Amino acid sequence: MNQFIEWVSQPWPWYVAGPMIGLTVPALLVLGNKAFGISSSLRHICAACVPSGIPFFTYNWKREIWNLLFVLGTAIGGFIAMNFLANPETIVISEATQADLTALGITNFTDLMPVEIFNWNTVFTGKAVLFFVIGGFLVGFGTRYAGGCTSGHAIMGISALQWPSLVATIFFMVGGFFMTHVLLEPLMKLVGF
Amino acid sequence: MTTNQSKMDSAVDPNCVAPNSSQTQDKGFALLKYVIIGIVFGIVFVKAEIISWFRIQEMFRLQSFHMYGVIGSAILTGIISIQLIKRLNIKSIHGETINIPTKVFKKGQLIGGFIFGLGWAITGACPGPLFAQIGSGYTVVLVTLISALAGTWVYGRFEKYFPN
Repeated sequence: MNQFIEWVSQPWPWYVAGPMIGLTVPALLVLGNKAFGISSSLRHICAACVPSGIPFFTYNWKREIWNLLFVLGTAIGGFIAMNFLANPETIVISEATQADLTALGITNFTDLMPVEIFNWNTVFTGKAVLFFVIGGFLVGFGTRYAGGCTSGHAIMGISALQWPSLVATIFFMVGGFFMTHVLLEPLMKLVGF
Repeated sequence: MTTNQSKMDSAVDPNCVAPNSSQTQDKGFALLKYVIIGIVFGIVFVKAEIISWFRIQEMFRLQSFHMYGVIGSAILTGIISIQLIKRLNIKSIHGETINIPTKVFKKGQLIGGFIFGLGWAITGACPGPLFAQIGSGYTVVLVTLISALAGTWVYGRFEKYFPN
């Protein structure tokens, strides 16, 4: 048992994690005839809390409650993994990435997230405006406009051989590359890095 | 789209990421299975460090294979699974024919996709990892989640003004 805990406590390689994520697709299809997709949970929360008479949010969200339970599970899974199965070693980040990020002003590479950004002390600073407020808004707006995110398009859509999902995934990547290589440095300078 | 919509008994449009095509409505304890699948999913996200902002930076800087391996092998597993379901005509546990939704091409997949990509590289998270980050103790990501809800709401509110 101890050996098992020790084994699961190591970071899991991609060839374990990827197939496990992929199996979510048939699991949801077979257990409930549900198509995998996460960003729709954001839409259902809007529909449940602030529909405001907007047609886009006026539908029977209670029928989609499974999706909200799924993301609740995802949060609980995060809690379990971090508290009971956490890797005792610090994260190993590629040296090239560390060098690039050091040049941008990030110095702490010991945690899963850069602690100089992801802590409550930054909430009333420009860093929060960029990394939480603007970043979050783009994620919520963009996924809904695109009709899906990495799960609904990249994984579910491409798995079902839907070419529009492949197009969407290519544009997710284009946006990510553009932000990382063109916009991130000036934006980070602007917020005080 | 209007005709498709009327065909579906769910009011969610067919372009919705996760249209619900089941005729049987899960109730009570039957809904627990979704929590459990979600838990497994969340554990994988943390254990494979997919929730890490650094891993997303590595991916967009082409400095690590990890995320490409994760997404690529997830897609491969998904393709094989769906082909098996289709070819063997596997039914859901409620005996329903499994419905695999078709995605309709629209401009949003280009524009919205690009916008989401910008946000993904800033936050280091797509919507799934957002929930896992919060659960794993990065509670400040709640701010990101609220902002993502605002983004979703603004899209829904002004949908008709955006090219589609």
